[in-house]
Amino acid sequence: MRLTGAQALIKFLEDEGVKYVFGYPGGAVLAIYDALLESTKITHVLVRQEQAAVHAASGYARVTGRPGVCIATSGPGATNLVTGLATAYMDSIPVVAITGQVSTDMVGTDAFQEVDITGITMPITKHNYLVKDVKKLPAVIKEAFHIASTGRPGPVLIDLPKNISGAVFDYKPVGNVDLQGYKPTYKGHPTQIKNLTVLLEEAERPIICAGGGVISSNAWDVLRELAETLSIPVTTTLMGLGAFPEDHPLSLGMLGLHGTPYANYAVQNCDLLVGIGMRFDDRVTSAVQKFAPRAKVVHIDIDPAEIGKNVGVDLPIVGDVKNVLSELLKRVSPKRHDGWLEQIKEWKELYPLEYGEYNKRLRPQYILEKLGELTRGQAIITTDVGQHQMWTAQYYKFTKPRSFISSGGLGTMGYGLPAAVGAQLAAPDSLVVTVTGDGSFQMNMAELGTATEQKLPLKIILLNNSHLCLVKQLQYFNSGQRYSGVCFTGNPDFVKLATSYSGAVGLRIEKPEDVEPVLKEALSNGKLTLIDCRISDEELVYPVVPNNGALDEMIHFPEGEKKANE
Amino acid sequence: MKHTLTVLVENKPGVLTRIAGLFARRGYNIESLAVGRTENPAFSRMTIVVEGDDRVIEQVTKQLYKLIEVIKLTDITNDEYVGREMILIKVNADPAIRGEIMQIVEIFRARIVDIGRNSLIIEATGDEGKIDAIESALRPFGIKEVVRTGKIAMARGAKSRNGRETL
Repeated sequence: MRLTGAQALIKFLEDEGVKYVFGYPGGAVLAIYDALLESTKITHVLVRQEQAAVHAASGYARVTGRPGVCIATSGPGATNLVTGLATAYMDSIPVVAITGQVSTDMVGTDAFQEVDITGITMPITKHNYLVKDVKKLPAVIKEAFHIASTGRPGPVLIDLPKNISGAVFDYKPVGNVDLQGYKPTYKGHPTQIKNLTVLLEEAERPIICAGGGVISSNAWDVLRELAETLSIPVTTTLMGLGAFPEDHPLSLGMLGLHGTPYANYAVQNCDLLVGIGMRFDDRVTSAVQKFAPRAKVVHIDIDPAEIGKNVGVDLPIVGDVKNVLSELLKRVSPKRHDGWLEQIKEWKELYPLEYGEYNKRLRPQYILEKLGELTRGQAIITTDVGQHQMWTAQYYKFTKPRSFISSGGLGTMGYGLPAAVGAQLAAPDSLVVTVTGDGSFQMNMAELGTATEQKLPLKIILLNNSHLCLVKQLQYFNSGQRYSGVCFTGNPDFVKLATSYSGAVGLRIEKPEDVEPVLKEALSNGKLTLIDCRISDEELVYPVVPNNGALDEMIHFPEGEKKANE
Repeated sequence: MKHTLTVLVENKPGVLTRIAGLFARRGYNIESLAVGRTENPAFSRMTIVVEGDDRVIEQVTKQLYKLIEVIKLTDITNDEYVGREMILIKVNADPAIRGEIMQIVEIFRARIVDIGRNSLIIEATGDEGKIDAIESALRPFGIKEVVRTGKIAMARGAKSRNGRETL
């Protein structure tokens, strides 16, 4: 079949089952956009800035588990992808990014809109390619999808010079990929798994810490069965939210810097910690030398480089989480940990997540708690980064995997709205809600245009305090309450902004009694809806582990305020 | 402690950049790095000398393995291996003292490869200790320029360090 490089690319994407590509055109990708016109199977989603294209692709990938695809032109188009690629890389999200490049004979001459994007993205992609020969293109695309979606997933970038996408060649689909230097280990070592059964048998106070790897390997059912069989309480990392239902009696919620008190106490007092598909990030461990001091640590992960990187491990198991847990499940017999579970119950009663009054002034935590109730934890929630993200993690109560879509590792403000665009296209029948703040939202609010164009009934809950309050909170605790560069005095009227988009609805919540009716209206109107929630800039996220503190040295919600409310 | 890693990689553009970049951004120290293609032109072999404790070396190894183009990596520090480095030294050599320099060259089984009016270029190969020794033996005469290749290494015996039996 005689095709241009661009036509071959589109043909491959069609054969791969790609339904959406998120992108922004330009001079170096003209041939690709031309070929897209001929495709009946692929819908192109035109974004407002390339960063949104890669975020949307990553939102799509997090919901479906399949690689999201984005396209950008050379130069500034390509560099605008950088933040999104780094976001996907840190959270191990499969994304395939295609960038245009100047013609091969111009590469290296500082040509118009030329940038060395493979050089720039080397540290933030799982792999990348500069295609210099059109005949190699089919193999490169095949490899790119294979690498992005297998092993520990991640973003892969293909840089396609415009004379390559325009060149005509004899296209033949390629067979299976065999990369000598890339052979992920899926099966856990049987001896190590057997050793784990011994540790589980001996443990009196075990806990499981589940991360994003449980979600990317589709292992949530096996995890639940294992936890129930062995009566082991489960805490999750931020990326692991949804991997274990938070309405389950064995759930401890999220651990870490802003984790639940009972999760953090459980970690610090357990005698066995089984980390599954997580990477002992500093936001999880806090002071790493004081982390889980009484515990033997087991680490199950598909990426051997994560094992022993941050925390010393007593028993490493390299393998696919689902594979390892299924093997493990075959070899364990039911166990009870009544005393330990009793202790955890006591912590839950003594130190619940709390924020005090909810009916005297508008509280963000209350809004998110209500959102959780009204959607019964069934919505897909995307967030940005800030206090709202932590409150969402604490109060929404996630019960479904692939329903919390957020930038964890990189902490990318501006992620929420474009990721919601990808998420809604991936799950057209689901309710998709973006929880955001006025700081994050303004980073990519132009994507309201994309959502309008695609007729997506997204719900945007904007917790608006005209401040960058997570930074303000850091300055409160660490800079002696000297607030620097954290106040917006020129915010727009977000309700008016929303309604300036055709068919979109803008609502406002100012008082606690507005919360329920306004949320109900928004969730049921079937339209793109922004809710401007006017909250105080004095709110702090509690609990919070102080700098270099151990997890059980967390600062609780202040007792004084609690008493005052009684 | 210094570790000697021998790394078989695909002979493709950008591989050296990936490896050098990995060392730089993760804060590992490259003592020396030598690279050239193998008996099969599709592959190159690198000999990397890296300084670090066991934990660092474990991370270096695992992170290198994550690169798609890295096929096989061995830490041969504690194995029997032949390690060689080459040095070119341009040294001041008035005709009056050339004899003395030539004696040193003889002792180290090195070679004189160029003669200028007042200088010589000396070529020597050997392990790091020998190379350091010849350099310091020649220092009193006034060294004008030194070029070293960095270490290349190969495990002793019949065992091959290739990813497959035959490449």
